[in-house]
Amino acid sequence: MLSPRQGLLRPVGCGVEELRRRRREREAALRRARREQQLVSKRLLRDDTPEEAEGGCVASVLGEAEIQQFLRLAQRGTEEKEREGALVSLRRGLQHPETQQTFIRLEGSMRTLVGLLTSNQALLQLEAARCLHELSHSEQSEVAEACLPATSYLLTYLAGHSPDLIELCLYTLGNLIVESEAGRRQLLPQGIVPALASCIQSPHLAVLEALGYALSQLLQAKEAPKKIIPSVLASPIPEHMLRLLQPGPKLNSGVAVEFAWCLHYIICSQVNNALLITHGAVSTLGLLLLYLAGTVQSSEDAGLELLVCPVLRCLSNLLTEEAVEAGGGQVQLRDERVVVSIFILLQFLLQKHPSLLPEGLWLLNNLTANSPSICTSLLSLDLIKPLLQLLPVSNVVSVLVLTVLCNVAEKGPAYCQHLWPGPLLPSLLDTLAFSDTEVVGQSLELLQLLFLYRPEAAQAFLQQSGLQALKRHEEEAQLQDRVHALQQKALHR
Amino acid sequence: EGDVQRHLYLQDVLTGVAGVPERPRVPEFTCQMAGCCQVFDTLEDYEHHYHTLHRNVCSFCKRAFPSGHLLDIHILEWHDSLFQVLSERQDMYQCLVEGCTEKFKTSKDRKDHLVRHHLYPGDFRFDKPKKSKGPATSMAAMEVPTEAMGDDGDTMEVCSEHVTPPPEPVGEKRTYRHRVPSTVCFGQGASRGFKSTKNRNKH
Repeated sequence: MLSPRQGLLRPVGCGVEELRRRRREREAALRRARREQQLVSKRLLRDDTPEEAEGGCVASVLGEAEIQQFLRLAQRGTEEKEREGALVSLRRGLQHPETQQTFIRLEGSMRTLVGLLTSNQALLQLEAARCLHELSHSEQSEVAEACLPATSYLLTYLAGHSPDLIELCLYTLGNLIVESEAGRRQLLPQGIVPALASCIQSPHLAVLEALGYALSQLLQAKEAPKKIIPSVLASPIPEHMLRLLQPGPKLNSGVAVEFAWCLHYIICSQVNNALLITHGAVSTLGLLLLYLAGTVQSSEDAGLELLVCPVLRCLSNLLTEEAVEAGGGQVQLRDERVVVSIFILLQFLLQKHPSLLPEGLWLLNNLTANSPSICTSLLSLDLIKPLLQLLPVSNVVSVLVLTVLCNVAEKGPAYCQHLWPGPLLPSLLDTLAFSDTEVVGQSLELLQLLFLYRPEAAQAFLQQSGLQALKRHEEEAQLQDRVHALQQKALHR
Repeated sequence: EGDVQRHLYLQDVLTGVAGVPERPRVPEFTCQMAGCCQVFDTLEDYEHHYHTLHRNVCSFCKRAFPSGHLLDIHILEWHDSLFQVLSERQDMYQCLVEGCTEKFKTSKDRKDHLVRHHLYPGDFRFDKPKKSKGPATSMAAMEVPTEAMGDDGDTMEVCSEHVTPPPEPVGEKRTYRHRVPSTVCFGQGASRGFKSTKNRNKH
C-alpha cells in the first residue's frame, strides 16, 4: 500500500488489515455464538418400510422381558429368518427413547448386540448394526455412550468390503463422534484417521457421503485444531477430498457437499492452510465455483445449491492466507470468469437464499481488497449497478456492498473516475438516511475516498443536499469524527 | 444462514439408505460357494453375505475375516512356519490397527498394546491367539488357548478344528491353495518336515 493513502486510511479505518481483522472477529463471534447454541445435528438412516405401515405394527415401547426375548431369539434361534426377525423387532422398538433406556440398563445387552454384530451371519450382522445405529442417534447422551464398546469393531469393518455395512458403521461413528468427547478420546487412539484414510478410496458414493459426514463431525470437535486436524492433514485424506470436489460429470453433489464442509472446518482451524494450497485447493475451489455458477440455475439437483455456501466460505478464507497473497493462488482467481461467477451466484442467492448473500459478498470483498485487476474487472464488466441493487436487502449486506466499493475506490483516481459520475452518489445519499450506524459509517468512508480521488464528486454531493444528510448524524458518538472530517473535506475541497 | 441450512439438511430423517424394501427383488437364488446354501432374493443381500463370509477367507482353515488386512495377519501368524522361526528371534506380531507399525515378541504383548495404547477391548474378537494341540515342537510358538468361545453368539471363526498344512516353500503363502484330505491325521504324533530334517542332520 502506498504510504500517503495509508495515512489517510487509518483514521477512516478502511485499510485491508483492518477489514481482515474485523472480518475475522465477526466470524469468530458468530462461530462462538453458534457453538453456544450447540448446533448439533446427527444423521439418522431409517427406511420407512412398507411393512411397518401395512402390518399396522407401529413400533411400540419394549419392556425388559421383551428385549431379553428378542436378544435370546437372535442369538440362539434355529431358524435364520426367525433370528433376523427378532432383531428387526428389537430395532423398531429401539426407535423409542424408553426402549433405548431399558436396553442400555439391561445387563449384557450391549455385549450380546456386539456379539451379533461380529457374528458369521451376514444379515444378522447388518440388523445388529442397524440397532446400534438407532441407539447412536439418541438425544440422550447415556444411550449413545453405551455404544462405545462397539467402536473398535465399527472401525474394523471400515476396512471390509460390504458397502451397506460400511455405510452404516460410518453414520453410527459420526453420531457417536458428535455425541461425546469420551467417544472421540477413544476413537483417535483406535485409529479412526487411518481407517477413514483407507475408506475414502472406496468407489461407492453412499460410502463416501457417509464418510464425509463422519469426518465433518470429527473436524468440528472443539479439540479438533489441536488433536485431530494435524493428523488428518498428515494423512492422504486432503488429497482425496479435493479429488472428490473436482467439477465435471463425475461430481456427486451429496458427496461433494460433505467434503466441502470438511474443507471449510479444516480451513477455519488455520492449522496448516498452506499445505492445502500446495495440494491445489484454490484451483479446485475456483473451478468448482465456475461450475456452480454455470449449473446452479438450471439444475434440478438441490445438492448443488448446498455446495454454494461452503465453497464461498472456503475461498474467502483461503484468500487471506499469505501463500495465496504472494501470488501463487491469486493467479487462478484473477480470471475474469471468477468475478462473473460470483455475480451470477449473487443473483441466484438473491432469488433463492437472500440470507446467504453475505457469503458471496465476503468473497468479493476479499478478492477486491488485494487485487486491482479484480477491481478493474468489476468496473469494465459494468457490475457496479447490480452491486448497488443489493443495498436495500439488509444492513449486513449493505455494509458489505459498501466495503467492496471502498476496496475499489481506494485503488486510486483511475478507479474513482469510473465511480462518479454514476449511480453511486445517489445511492450513498440514500444510505446516509439509514439508521444503522455501521451502514452510515461505511458510507462515510466511501465518500471520503471518493472526495479524495474525485473532488468533483464533492461538489455534486453538496448540490444534492449532502450536508443535510450528514447533519443528521452529527451527534452520533461513533460517527462524529468521520462526519466532521467529511464536512471539512466537502467544503474546503 | 449457512450453518442453519447445513444442519437442517443433516437432520433430514428420511434419507433412504440401506432401504431393504426399496431394493428390487429377484427370483430366489443360492450362494454358489462350495458348502454354502444361503438363499437370497435381493442382490444387495447376497453381496453383503459374500463380502462377510466368502471374501476374506483363509484358504487353509476356512475362517472368515472382516478385512484383507486381518486375513493377511492371520495367515502369517497361523499358517506360516517361517513366521514361527523368525518370531523366536525378532518381534513379529504386528499391531492390528491400521497405521500403527509396532511389532511385538508375543501375541500377548500385542494384545496388551492393543488394550493400553489403542483402547481396544480386552476380548477383541479378531485377536484370538493361536490354539495348538499336540506336543511341543521346536517350530510352533506355544500359545496356551486363553479364551473359551463365549456362549454369546457365533463368532467369525467358521471351523474350530486347528489344521496345519505341510510346510510350504518360503515366500509362498496364500497362493498355495490346497484341500487337506480328511484321512490325514494331524496333532499328536504327527511328524513335521523340518523336524525330521533336523534330526537327520544331527546324525
